[in-house]
Amino acid sequence: MTDHPILEVENLCTTFSRGGTALPAVRDVSFALGKGQVQGLVGESGSGKSVTLRSILGLARHYGEVNGSVRWQGQELTTMSEWQLRKIRGREIAMIFQEPMTSLNPLLTVGTQLTETLKAHTDLGRRARRDRAIEMLDHVGIPAASSRLGEYPHQFSGGMRQRVMIAIALAASPKLLLADEPTTALDVTIQAQILDLILKLADEMSMGVVLVTHDLGVVAQTCDTVSVMYAGRVVEQGDVRQVLQTPRHPYTEGLIRSVPQDVPPRTQLYSVPGTPPSLFSLPEGCAFAPRCQAASEACGSARPTLQDIAPGRQTACFHPMPATQEDAA
Amino acid sequence: MTQTVMKIEDLHLSFPVSRSLLDMVQRKPGKSVNALNGVTLELLQGETLGVVGESGCGKSTLARCIVRLYPPTSGQIHFDDQDIFDEKARKDRTYNRRVQMMFQDPYSSLNPRMTTGDILTEALRVHEMRPEAEIASRVAELLELVRLPQDAAEKLPHEFSGGQRQRIAIARALAVEPEVLIADELVSALDVSVQAQVVNLLLELQERLHLTILFVAHDLRLVRHVSNRVAVIYLGRIVEIGDSETLFSSPSHPYSQALLSAAPSLDPDDKGAAIQLEGELPSPLNVPPGCPFHVRCRHVTAQCRTVIPELRALEGRGEVACHHSEEINQYA
Repeated sequence: MTDHPILEVENLCTTFSRGGTALPAVRDVSFALGKGQVQGLVGESGSGKSVTLRSILGLARHYGEVNGSVRWQGQELTTMSEWQLRKIRGREIAMIFQEPMTSLNPLLTVGTQLTETLKAHTDLGRRARRDRAIEMLDHVGIPAASSRLGEYPHQFSGGMRQRVMIAIALAASPKLLLADEPTTALDVTIQAQILDLILKLADEMSMGVVLVTHDLGVVAQTCDTVSVMYAGRVVEQGDVRQVLQTPRHPYTEGLIRSVPQDVPPRTQLYSVPGTPPSLFSLPEGCAFAPRCQAASEACGSARPTLQDIAPGRQTACFHPMPATQEDAA
Repeated sequence: MTQTVMKIEDLHLSFPVSRSLLDMVQRKPGKSVNALNGVTLELLQGETLGVVGESGCGKSTLARCIVRLYPPTSGQIHFDDQDIFDEKARKDRTYNRRVQMMFQDPYSSLNPRMTTGDILTEALRVHEMRPEAEIASRVAELLELVRLPQDAAEKLPHEFSGGQRQRIAIARALAVEPEVLIADELVSALDVSVQAQVVNLLLELQERLHLTILFVAHDLRLVRHVSNRVAVIYLGRIVEIGDSETLFSSPSHPYSQALLSAAPSLDPDDKGAAIQLEGELPSPLNVPPGCPFHVRCRHVTAQCRTVIPELRALEGRGEVACHHSEEINQYA
């Protein structure tokens, strides 16, 4: 990676308060993203992956406290004023949300919602905006784009709505796309189409992508690097091939092994015992210790920090899984 | 040879769509959603039959029909050689006891104001499974069976996590000692690590209690893992049915081929093998004539556009509803 990273997230912490108690939703998340790279954030529900994404764009600070640093092409985003952020949101950094059903305004036509972005972020004229909107819809694979501009979101199917969302997000040619579970609500056949589309567009526009998902298959097929999150912290990160093939953190290993792939059918699946902890009562040491088979006394009292174990590869565990021969390769 | 427990024959179900005032003024004919268009299926003793398909293909409707939540428009379901929609059979509640359903959403399928103990007791009482005095001990036994702690009986559903709630749902279904379980997306709402726990429990209970399971899900890897046989549904019709391993390793219908290759592999190097399907599932309001898949199929011919292919047996494979499966599979 000779390229200078375009996005650097360092020690990002987001805290919500609920009834007087502080909820540590995200703790010490750090990663860097180069131009045209796809970074995955993977974890179970409540692990803080979506909040991390929202904290990057300053959406979480309305209802929580965000600390740490998010540098976007050298600019610090966490301390930026709302007014300055508005210029970056949509133009340089765009976001797509999980629910294509609820994230579009049902009362405005798709065309209005598409040109709205262009009006805010470009100096195109009315005609040029319309042409660009048609071009974008065409680009994301919506047939008969010009006739569909006047239609409302309810006239589109789930997959088509997600395409519209992507078209809106990409209309102003952003350099970074934040995608929060973009395909979770869709069927597998449509999921494959949408992921392909995102990757193709990222490649064409040399756009960086941060992809939040809970599906390890999606990570394997789309991401270059991945961070595995558990209870608000990154427990392991690195190159996607290395992380998935030779996981070093027991949680990553558990996640991978509980996916029924290449196991004899109708046998017992590997499962991580117990359930993820509540943020209200996080264990004192390593958050994963109560469910971990390799846990020792040290894990119960002290929290392991994220350590480099190989170039570009980090894990937060006192007893990392043994590295196999391919790890160095 | 294993015995057939349930026989579904040519099941059709359509829901009428309410007509708008404008439609009435213009005298347009009433429309209907054709959810099931002739499903024929046999459920064998002790097997797990997986049902897969995209959303809106009718897999949940099929499950609900089987437990008599929806009466079909036409067609029959035979259980123990009796038509379950027969006038006499409808009054007979034993069918409800012998065939139990578990639902997808663990947050809305349990009564929030009843404790786990009440939920299980109710099931036991309604079907008079145990004399009153033995109910408490049976509840304890059931909790033990699904590995919930004994103090769970006094707790309300909101005190449990999603995985635990699905265990309660399983316990409730098992309380009445059913022979057939219908699992409609039982683990879809759960996280991966918890999903594995519930699936393991289900497999183990099936072994122990000799249950027959209809496992409806959209997660293909999971269906492959738990099923003996699998049926692929497209627009309310079975397009392929057969032995799980054969079907997953070499699917015969072009739709199954595309559906199965769309599941993202865990191996980052395993890219590009996917057969991309164009377009989306047509609306069930307006099912295309001929083979319902022809609008998205790569191998479409004139015959496909007009003639509906029947489900027929292929040698060494299961049954496939495609005019051209021999030619297609030659090249594959």
